[in-house]
Amino acid sequence: MRHLMSPLDFTTTELDRLFDLANDMESNMEKYAHSCEGKKLATCFYEPSTRTRLSFEAAMLNLGGKVLGFSDAGSSSASKGESVSDTIRVISCYADICAMRHPKEGAPMVAASRSRIPVINAGDGGHQHPTQTLTDLLTIRSLKGRLSHLTIGLCGDLKFGRTVHSLIHALSRYEDIHFIFISPEELRVPDYITEMLKTKHIPYEQVIRLEDSIGELDLLYMTRVQRERFFNEEDYVRLKDFYILDKTKLSLAREDMLILHPLPRVNEISVEVDEDPRAVYFKQAGYGVYVRMALIYTLLGLSDVLSKAEKEN
Amino acid sequence: MLNVGRIEEGFVLDHIRAGMSLSIYHYLQLGKLDCTVAIIKNARSNKMGRKDILKVECDIDTLNLDIIGFIDHTITINVIKDGEIVEKRQLSLPKEIKNVIKCKNPRCITSIEQGLPHIFVLADSEKEVYRCKYCEEKYRDKNKYNLL
Repeated sequence: MRHLMSPLDFTTTELDRLFDLANDMESNMEKYAHSCEGKKLATCFYEPSTRTRLSFEAAMLNLGGKVLGFSDAGSSSASKGESVSDTIRVISCYADICAMRHPKEGAPMVAASRSRIPVINAGDGGHQHPTQTLTDLLTIRSLKGRLSHLTIGLCGDLKFGRTVHSLIHALSRYEDIHFIFISPEELRVPDYITEMLKTKHIPYEQVIRLEDSIGELDLLYMTRVQRERFFNEEDYVRLKDFYILDKTKLSLAREDMLILHPLPRVNEISVEVDEDPRAVYFKQAGYGVYVRMALIYTLLGLSDVLSKAEKEN
Repeated sequence: MLNVGRIEEGFVLDHIRAGMSLSIYHYLQLGKLDCTVAIIKNARSNKMGRKDILKVECDIDTLNLDIIGFIDHTITINVIKDGEIVEKRQLSLPKEIKNVIKCKNPRCITSIEQGLPHIFVLADSEKEVYRCKYCEEKYRDKNKYNLL
C-alpha cells in the first residue's frame, strides 16, 4: 500500500504515468465516472481549507465514489483529545482512502504509519502540500508539453511559501531547469533550497524586480507578498508594487509564457490580467481536480501508475 | 600516575572530550548497571591535551552505541576480552536516532501526539545534519554532550 506524503514520494516515471492518467480522465470523464463506485473517501480536515477539500470531494464524486469527513478540528474527536493515530485507525474502518489536512507538521505521516487505508497529505502546517505541487506539475506539463528545458520565475514570498519550496524540489528532478527567484531580500528562498540547487548544479538567479526578468521566462509562478512578513511598513510600501502583475509588466513577457498561482489571489495579479490567454491559474484549479482523481484512482490500486516493486513496499 | 585496575571483559571508551564522561555515563544509563565502571577525568592525552575515559566491565552488546556515535563519533571504543584489547571500534554517525533528542518545532506533530517516538534521520553526513522524521526540522544544538 502506498501513501502520498511528499511530491518526491513518486518517481518521475510514476509521475509521468500519473499525469497521463489525469489527462485521459480530463478527456474521457465518462469512462471513469463509475470507476470508484462503492468506494469512500474520508476527508479529515483538522483546519479549514475550502478549495483543497472541495477539490478532493469533486475528484471522488467524478469517479462515482462517495465522500465523508469533517472540515475542522472542532467538529471532530480531536476536540476531545483523540490522537491522530487513534483517529486513523477508526477512519480505516469507515473509508477506503483518506485525505488529511492538519496544522501539525508530520501528522499525515503518523496517520499513514498506523493506517490500513492509503493516506494522502492534503497539507500539514508549513511543511508539505504535495497535491498542490502535483497540480502545478500537471498544469505545466499539459499546457507546455514538458517539464524539462524550462526557465521558471517564482515571484513574491519565497521564504515562507511551502508551495514554492515543494515546486522547486519537484522541478529540480527534471533536465535543463533554470530558476529565477524574484522577491524582496527579506523574502528570499531559504538557504537549504539554494544549497540543494548548488549541489545539483541547477542554475538560479535572485532578482528584486519582476520587470527585470519577466522577458526570459517560460512560466511565472506568482505568490502573495503579505504585509506582516515585512520588518517595517516603509519597506512594504516601497516594495509591494514590484510584485503586482499588471498589463504593463505582462507586456514585457513572451507570448507563450504561462502565469500560475496556487490561489487564493488577493491583489498580486490585477484582474485585468485574467482575460490574457497566458493567465492559466483558473485552469490550474481544474487540473487540481484531475490530478486528485488520478491519485485517488491510483492509490486505490485501480491503475498501473505505480511501479510494482514500490507498490509492494 | 593514577592506576585503575584493568578489566577482564568489557570496553573502554577513550578520547571523550575532557569533563564530559559523566554525560556519556548518563546517556548510556550506566548507573542502572550492576557492573564495575571507572570514570577517569582529565587524563593526559597527546592528541587532545586532556581527555576523559570510561571503563565498563559488561558485555558491549547490552548498550546502545548509536547514542555515542551521535554525540561524538570521534570517541574510540576498545573491546576487551580476557584482559586484552580484541577490537577497536570506530563510531559513525547513526542513520536514525530514536528518543535521544526531541524536536523543538512547536508545529511538529510530536508536540501533541502521545506516545510518538522522537525520531531524527541523518540528512547530510558531511555537515552532520539531522532532521526530524516528521516535520524535517533541523536539529540545531551544536553541543550534543548536553542533550538532556
